[in-house]
Amino acid sequence: MYSDKVMDHFKNPRNVGEIEDANAVGTVGNAKCGDIMKIYMKIEDDIIKDIKFKTFGCGAAVATSSMATELVMGKTVDEALTITNKAVVEALDGLPPAKLHCSVLAEEAIKAAIEDYYKKTGVEKKIECSGDCAHCNHEH
Amino acid sequence: MVYLDNAATTKMKDSVIQSMLPFFNDNFGNASSTYTTPGQNSRSALENARAEVAKAIGAESTEIYFTSGGSEADNWAIKGICEKNKKKGNHIITTTIEHHAILHTCEYMEKQGYRVTYLPVDEFGMVSVKSVEEAICEDTVMVSIMFANNEIGTINPIGEIGALCREKGVIFHTDAVQATGAVPINVKEMNIDLLSMSSHKFHGPKGVGALYIRKGVQIENLIHGGAQEKGKRATTENVAGIVGMATALKEATENMEEKTKKITYLRDKLINEVLSKVPYTRLNGHREKRLPNNTSFCFKYIEGESLLLSLDIEGFVVSSGSACTSGSLDPSHVLLGIGLPHETAHGSLRATLSEFTTEEEIDSFVAALIPIVQRLRDMSPLYEELKKGMI
Ligand SMILES: Cc1ncc(COP(=O)(O)O)c(C=O)c1O
Repeated sequence: MYSDKVMDHFKNPRNVGEIEDANAVGTVGNAKCGDIMKIYMKIEDDIIKDIKFKTFGCGAAVATSSMATELVMGKTVDEALTITNKAVVEALDGLPPAKLHCSVLAEEAIKAAIEDYYKKTGVEKKIECSGDCAHCNHEH
Repeated sequence: MVYLDNAATTKMKDSVIQSMLPFFNDNFGNASSTYTTPGQNSRSALENARAEVAKAIGAESTEIYFTSGGSEADNWAIKGICEKNKKKGNHIITTTIEHHAILHTCEYMEKQGYRVTYLPVDEFGMVSVKSVEEAICEDTVMVSIMFANNEIGTINPIGEIGALCREKGVIFHTDAVQATGAVPINVKEMNIDLLSMSSHKFHGPKGVGALYIRKGVQIENLIHGGAQEKGKRATTENVAGIVGMATALKEATENMEEKTKKITYLRDKLINEVLSKVPYTRLNGHREKRLPNNTSFCFKYIEGESLLLSLDIEGFVVSSGSACTSGSLDPSHVLLGIGLPHETAHGSLRATLSEFTTEEEIDSFVAALIPIVQRLRDMSPLYEELKKGMI
């Protein structure tokens, strides 16, 4: 069902955990729907110096979170905002159609964290979401 | 590999395979043809099988009709009984936690203008006899209540429901797909009018099952065509499959007590170990009134599919009622039916044993499960909230 890449990221997820002094934290999804992603970032000079995640969800949810953190690590905030769910899916060599929403969640989690960063630093910018969130009422 | 998904399907026994083989080559004849060889052997094998299956549930041979499996038996029971008894009324009584073979058939019947009462079950998944009694109306044609639930293993008070229905003059069907060959069944003593069973749940081949129809119960055909099964179910008989089913059922019912003792011991060991060694865990279903081979748990703060996947990587095969495994957005209707909140139901795991399950397998399963649950919890934002005292 899952690609080798997905299984690899599920078995050995990168960047799992919390960041004590994170200055950007975003949580999306809800327990009722069966998936929650929480992303912690440490941003310095607009660069994402460190990123960690925690995920409650299926194998694809764990793998997309893991891959998303890899794609974002070391990028500038603006670069991170250009990462789409499709990029996450491609980096994982694809996902089963029923699991595509997990990649949307990963994109949203990154954006939610950056939104938090903007709020904390007083930046007034609106973040667009590329995903379709039909499956669940994710707050973002 | 440690196979703990016997509620989904079981491994065929060698003896079952051996009993089937002659009917693929030497005895390939059509059981309904009039020539003596090679059809003769098929015909007598078919009738012996029928007698064997009947014996296992305390029925007469003439009351057993072979089908393509449990789903067909369920479809036939509901559609066939309603169609034939239109004059009596258009009301069906069932429960919220039936298998989809019953539930989706009932939903179809609603589209045909029938009224269906879906009785709720208690926290253990049991239906109360009183609720059945209260639901029966003038126009109730049939009651269909599963013998034992496929997800949580709870066994219903079938004998009492049967007696009630008989007294009220309402036809009683039970989906005994999980119970047949696993617990003692006597259709006469339990006042059962129709009973569905499926061969692949008791170490027989897939694609074959049976519907028991009590003598005198009027039912419309589902499969129209030739005169097979006394004109009630057309299609050239699947002799090899039927013979395999009968062999399997005979072996399942032989020494049932002894086998049940062994499987129940392992089941209880598994339940006790998991509940005592994994915190924030619940057992789904009834503690005692459950199938000897069924265990079903919910592990809070984690999701079932990632649990399944992790166990699979280590060679343990189980199942889950989480939304992600069912391919729908909601977790299993059975878990919701016993009143679990969505977030708890998402973390479900079902491990079902068979007579081949060993104590070493149970021990190694528990040993693998404990660190996997912990690893997933350490990754879970919900568990983090719990640890920080936020929930
Ligand atoms: C309770 C119950 N009813 C019906 C069925 C369907 O049986 P079959 O696979 O033979 O169609 C199953 C099997 O999953 C079951 O567990």
